[in-house]
Amino acid sequence: MFWNRTRSLGVSLLAAGLLAGCAGEDGGVQSQKLSTITGRGKLICGVEGKLPGFSFVGPDGKYLGLDVDVCKAVAAAVLGDPEKVEYRDLNSSERFAALASGEVDLLSRNTTMTLSRDAAGGNGLSFGPTTFYDGQGVLVPVASGIKDLKGLAGKPICVESGTTTELNLADRMREQNIPYTPLKFQTSDQTFAAYLGDRCVAVTSDRSQLAGKRTSFPNPDAHILLPVVMSKEPLTPATINGDPAWADAVRWIVYGLMQAEESGITQANVDAKLAEAKANTNQADLRRFLGVEGDFGKQLGLPPDFVVKAVKAAGNYGEIFDRNVGPASALKLDRGLNRQWKDGGLIYSPPFR
Amino acid sequence: MKHLLRRLRAELFATRADAALSLVLISLISLGAIGFLRWAFTQAQWAVVKVNSTLFAVGRYPVEQQWRLWLLTALLIAASGATWGLIRAHPRPDRTGVLWPRNDRLAVVLLSLIALALPLALDLSLAIAGRWWGLTVLLVVCRWLAGRFGARLSPAGQRLAALVWPVLYLVGMVLISGGLGLVTVSPSEWGGLMLTLLASSFAILLCFPIGVLLALGRRSDLPLLRWGSVLYIEFIRGAPLITLLFLGQNILGFLLPGGLAPDRIWRAAWVLTFFAAAYLAEAVRSGLAAVPRGQLEAARSLGLSYPKALQHVVLPQALRVALPAIVGQFISLLQDTTLLSLIGLLELLGTARTVMANPAFLGRNGEVYLTLALLFWGCCAALGLGSRALERRLDPHALPSAT
Repeated sequence: MFWNRTRSLGVSLLAAGLLAGCAGEDGGVQSQKLSTITGRGKLICGVEGKLPGFSFVGPDGKYLGLDVDVCKAVAAAVLGDPEKVEYRDLNSSERFAALASGEVDLLSRNTTMTLSRDAAGGNGLSFGPTTFYDGQGVLVPVASGIKDLKGLAGKPICVESGTTTELNLADRMREQNIPYTPLKFQTSDQTFAAYLGDRCVAVTSDRSQLAGKRTSFPNPDAHILLPVVMSKEPLTPATINGDPAWADAVRWIVYGLMQAEESGITQANVDAKLAEAKANTNQADLRRFLGVEGDFGKQLGLPPDFVVKAVKAAGNYGEIFDRNVGPASALKLDRGLNRQWKDGGLIYSPPFR
Repeated sequence: MKHLLRRLRAELFATRADAALSLVLISLISLGAIGFLRWAFTQAQWAVVKVNSTLFAVGRYPVEQQWRLWLLTALLIAASGATWGLIRAHPRPDRTGVLWPRNDRLAVVLLSLIALALPLALDLSLAIAGRWWGLTVLLVVCRWLAGRFGARLSPAGQRLAALVWPVLYLVGMVLISGGLGLVTVSPSEWGGLMLTLLASSFAILLCFPIGVLLALGRRSDLPLLRWGSVLYIEFIRGAPLITLLFLGQNILGFLLPGGLAPDRIWRAAWVLTFFAAAYLAEAVRSGLAAVPRGQLEAARSLGLSYPKALQHVVLPQALRVALPAIVGQFISLLQDTTLLSLIGLLELLGTARTVMANPAFLGRNGEVYLTLALLFWGCCAALGLGSRALERRLDPHALPSAT
């Protein structure tokens, strides 16, 4: 508690200092972080580094994954080059400290947005748009014919002990009054080994985890993720509280990726769309979105064509999803909650106006 | 053959109970071995190691700058070969003066076989495999040259030749990090075996002098020095290494203004150094305690100053006694570098974990961890061999051995 208070005191002092330092500059956007990043010439992005589909290092030494693509899009939008990123692997205990001390500019590290992490009296983060709606799921063998939680009545379920996963399972089953037998294991490896050894008919964990583990099963197609989602895990990029201009920039770069998918702009056709917008003065929405007219970029402290650069670097949100965790990847997750709002999902960019 | 059979019988099947026990143990061991071999040759998919071999070796080091690491490897190998030859050319009391003892011939054959087979097993491109073969030839040639002509080296020349190693270490630092006209490679791009060896060698080299000073400080008559050393040693020994590493990574960022704190790799290397120094100090202190007080008193009464007496009489005896404990400390230091993966550095274990997170290689944990174990075993075995050779060389009672 003392620690939290001193830290938030330190953060607010820092913020006050930054604001005072910026007050002299005139016009445009005042963001210490943005000028630090452009001055340094690279973005420092905190990632997990060892999470299938989200961030890992490929054989050629390049970082890959959904979280990594967010870093690339931001670097492309701010600096014009998706490769101008320094990645920093952070574990879950040091991620907020690294953000607070300014060691990283942006945290794109499968971090669940919660009240206490957002609040100024808590971790004091500033969350952007959620890039992956994860949640606890259940994996069962296709042959078992189980379709929902009711089908698990009276059956043994493998779960890692001492986790929120275990508690969520207990809560959901109690709500629906379904009796079951939890088989608890110390590690994730033991849990899945027991499931594969037929000691239980289902195993529960985060859906992205289950999909990742499934790819290493001897026969991945023999197992299916139930549609039920037992907890909310909105994985969201974050910046530190105290630099609202920088937080806004990150927020609208990510929204840009989502809006690009909605507007049908892809990595492949973004140049053609840009040419189309330049040629056709009637396409007002497209012209504003791609920075041909208006001053959205200037308002954010970014180049006018920041959306074009971001999409060219990483693709639109749908492409990023498909490439890293969706059908084009080994994880083969379906979009689920991560569909566009028009398709019944939660991916929804506010208007670019 | 007959001799072998008789020996087997005497050692394994002397009595009924022995025979039964031997049979059970042999069948258990061979079951395990067969199971392992079946896994290694039929089920294991070694592509994960082949494809990521560069990542395991040097991490994310930029490809266009990797020639610097090849150059460094060549220099290190040439220096090793030359040192090896010189040691044989200048026999100590424990040596017979044979230029090519049986062990050396065996080592050359083994190394050549490994150098021939490993690149093929890893599917390395011919250009890379060729470099490894060239490096092996370089080692043997340097060994031969130094052995052949090394005896002509004057004592002053020998002292000069020993200086090659510290110079090479500094040259290596420049080659790896850049500067002096070379493109700078940021420490965030170092990784794999290179980072493991760099961090551990840095810590080993620096913790030794610090540890000796701390040990002397703890036995000093000056209260401030003594209590300072005791406080330092007990504080460090009272905190787990991982706590100190986290302190170094997270608190320094808060305390020092941005940009002033050294890079996180150096922060980690310094934490490792200071940690190992405290344990080393205790090992050295045990050595100092083993030297009778009379030795120092005798040296002093002969007119040696206190530092001279320490340098020429007490420390050589103390360090010889403490050597096994010191090397044990070094080996555990090498293995402690795996903790760096927990603070997000891509040393060997960190590289292994990120490789296992690649969706293309999910579930290939066994292959990756086995490779890691072999690499670590190789490094630790080298340290152990080196220390045993050093012990024999420093042993005042050693007699010329038969081989």
